[in-house]
Amino acid sequence: MDNMEFTSSYSLKGILREVLRYKTGVFSLLIFAILILLSVYAYLSMPYDKAKELWNDSQAWLKYPRNAIPTWLAFFTGKNLPKNIYLKDPKIESVSETPKIVKYVYDINYTYDDFPSEFNIFLNSTFKNNPPNLRIYWINPYGDRILLFEKVQRAEKDIFYIGNESSIEQKFIEYYKEKLGFYPNFPVTVMRGLFGETENPKVNKGNYKLEIEVQFADKSDTIEIEPIIYGKVYGVAGTDHLRRPLELGILYGTPIDLAFGLGASLSITVIQLILATVSGWYGGWVDNLIQRLTEIYMLLPFLPLMIMISLFYKLTIWQLLVVLIILSLFGSGIKTQRAMVLQVKTLPYIEAARTYGASNMRIVFLYIIPKILPPVIPGLIISIPAYIFLEAILSLFGVLDPTEPTLGRIIEEAFQNGALYKGFYYWVIEPSLIIVLLAISFALLGFVIDRIVNPRLKEV
Amino acid sequence: MNIEGIKKILTYFLKRAVAVFITIAIAIYLTIVIANAGGYVDKIIEDEIRMNVAMAIRNDPTVRGFTDEQKQKIIENRVKNEMRRRGLDQPFIIRSIYHLKRALLLDLGTASSMTSDSGSMLVKNIILERIPLSILLFTTITLINFFSALYLGLKLSRRYGSFLDKLIVYLSPLSTIPGWFYGIFLIMIFYSWLHILPPGGFIDFPPPPTLLGRILSIAKHMILPILSWFISSIFLSTYSERNFFLIYSTEDYVEVAKAKGLPDKIIERRYILRPALPPIITSFALALISSWMGAIVTEAVFNWPGLGMVLSRAIGSFDAPVIVGVTVIYAYLLGATVLLLDFIYALIDPRVRV
Repeated sequence: MDNMEFTSSYSLKGILREVLRYKTGVFSLLIFAILILLSVYAYLSMPYDKAKELWNDSQAWLKYPRNAIPTWLAFFTGKNLPKNIYLKDPKIESVSETPKIVKYVYDINYTYDDFPSEFNIFLNSTFKNNPPNLRIYWINPYGDRILLFEKVQRAEKDIFYIGNESSIEQKFIEYYKEKLGFYPNFPVTVMRGLFGETENPKVNKGNYKLEIEVQFADKSDTIEIEPIIYGKVYGVAGTDHLRRPLELGILYGTPIDLAFGLGASLSITVIQLILATVSGWYGGWVDNLIQRLTEIYMLLPFLPLMIMISLFYKLTIWQLLVVLIILSLFGSGIKTQRAMVLQVKTLPYIEAARTYGASNMRIVFLYIIPKILPPVIPGLIISIPAYIFLEAILSLFGVLDPTEPTLGRIIEEAFQNGALYKGFYYWVIEPSLIIVLLAISFALLGFVIDRIVNPRLKEV
Repeated sequence: MNIEGIKKILTYFLKRAVAVFITIAIAIYLTIVIANAGGYVDKIIEDEIRMNVAMAIRNDPTVRGFTDEQKQKIIENRVKNEMRRRGLDQPFIIRSIYHLKRALLLDLGTASSMTSDSGSMLVKNIILERIPLSILLFTTITLINFFSALYLGLKLSRRYGSFLDKLIVYLSPLSTIPGWFYGIFLIMIFYSWLHILPPGGFIDFPPPPTLLGRILSIAKHMILPILSWFISSIFLSTYSERNFFLIYSTEDYVEVAKAKGLPDKIIERRYILRPALPPIITSFALALISSWMGAIVTEAVFNWPGLGMVLSRAIGSFDAPVIVGVTVIYAYLLGATVLLLDFIYALIDPRVRV
């Protein structure tokens, strides 16, 4: 460190103007602008608390496909992957009056290249004494009419999970055997039975019919039927194992991560700056105490302590931020900043301030700190990603509040549910990419500012 | 080096050892205070005493005829007596000293559910048997990264302004992403996609019968963790080493050596590298220390059965004694690293010895 560095102190406005002269600076500012705009849009369209409640509401996402890949990714597979098909507007026929039997017929034109992921029928009925009895038929392009099952609704609101019924699977194996004359040489699942060709394990594109015969126990009983054929593609970011669209978690998680990183970095740097200045300016026992504390802090097992504290005390992410700040008070930054203070201390303008009788507080906060602030700013910005990654680490260990949608939390859930082994790469890559983008943007910005405030690096 | 020199190094080393030990003690004390704010440390010891007492009662023929209720009463009484005997009914200040003494002697109690590979439930055994594996992986990583950055930095400082030099400068922001994060992507590429390397673990199962086979199997499992840390650190550390050498290579004595017509190799080694060694060692120390911290999450990502794995398993089963134990061991590990590097520092830098 030589005095040269202090001859060119910039105002914040000046730094910003300089940053815009660098391509990398413009790039990083652009990334932040986009991310912040997206978050502002998200927060304006739905307040955070509501989004968080929705994110944790397992009932809210029942009608979304499970582990669906993003639509744009499906484009690269070259196949026309199925989207969700919501069956509506059935043809309603009355079969008989006593007992009251009504037939609902849905037409399906299935043209996708892959089988659907699930097939559920949502039922909502009102009844006097007994719930209605349902018979569900399936008519495939071969013209065969297959009785899938006959069942009594269990409650007013009920869901029939057709894809999970082993009896239906058994029925389709029988159907294949009859049709082929021999046992099919590929495994028959419910989805293959419903939508496949009998000879090959391929999709049979064509017109299907779903017939639901409802027998009511009483004439005044009513029913609402909502069959959904689930796809394998959804939205811009896909869905997770709980059918939640990932874009919701990412949109609301990014600002949390940003705030955590910025808050941690900013407060830690400012506190360390003050401590370093106090240490360097006052000297004596104050200096000694702060230096010894810094040495103890160096040996503090930071990460295990953070994990221990968040696990034992079940802290929210913001309480954890406070703990993080306390555990980083006397970090190694104090040593380098103190060295700078010792140099500034000898500059003539400080001496001038002393001769006219400026108080210690005035000198520390108005004369020294503003002087050593510019060279500290790059470090502040470059260390922000480290705190974002810290959030990811703590999420990965599952010690953070699990209801909070953060980027690290999404990655952890993807890991827990074997995304890497089952091939749901989008689930890991999307939140990771946002973190990488944030990290690199902060690093680039920090490096650019470093070049501006430390002119010696300019020629390098 | 003469006897006088060795003596000086030893006294310096001893002084540092005492200072580091005091610092470790304070760091461990802080850990205990933090953990015990939730009563966890007291509970660890109480559980241990209760287990011992219950065991003794079960084997005690004199209480055989008693009902379970009476036995429970005896156990409670004996636990209370034992606690009083050990001074655990004292206020926290005094109790905490007792806890500190135990922690410093690595008497870390028994785990609540975890066991070591040898079947022991002592926290000390669970942790200590895993430390060699962590040290194996992370010293290898730090050494590889350190020497390659040193070599590349030295080369680049001689070829200042070349294409490679500029490339390293431009790629240095990539180093803000930590090793374990690259690890996720590497697992995706080399395991999930290409199927050529294992996603994690320490050795093939079942382990190969020959020694050579075992060594190769371990090496194969080490490739991805090493590679992930290498990618993460190489750009920035090469960049900073290069800046560093650039500053040293503008010194007057280097100019003199050049003017004398000394070969490049000798200039590099004797006139640039030698005087730059102490600060380089400091950066090595920091790298090693940060690798101990990074170990926790890297081992969790790669399922490497080291210290970090113990911690993540302890978190999974909420094994408080093990979690506190790992934190204490970490304080020791950091202290030992600092001390080791102080020693190397004393060997290479003549200024510390005076």
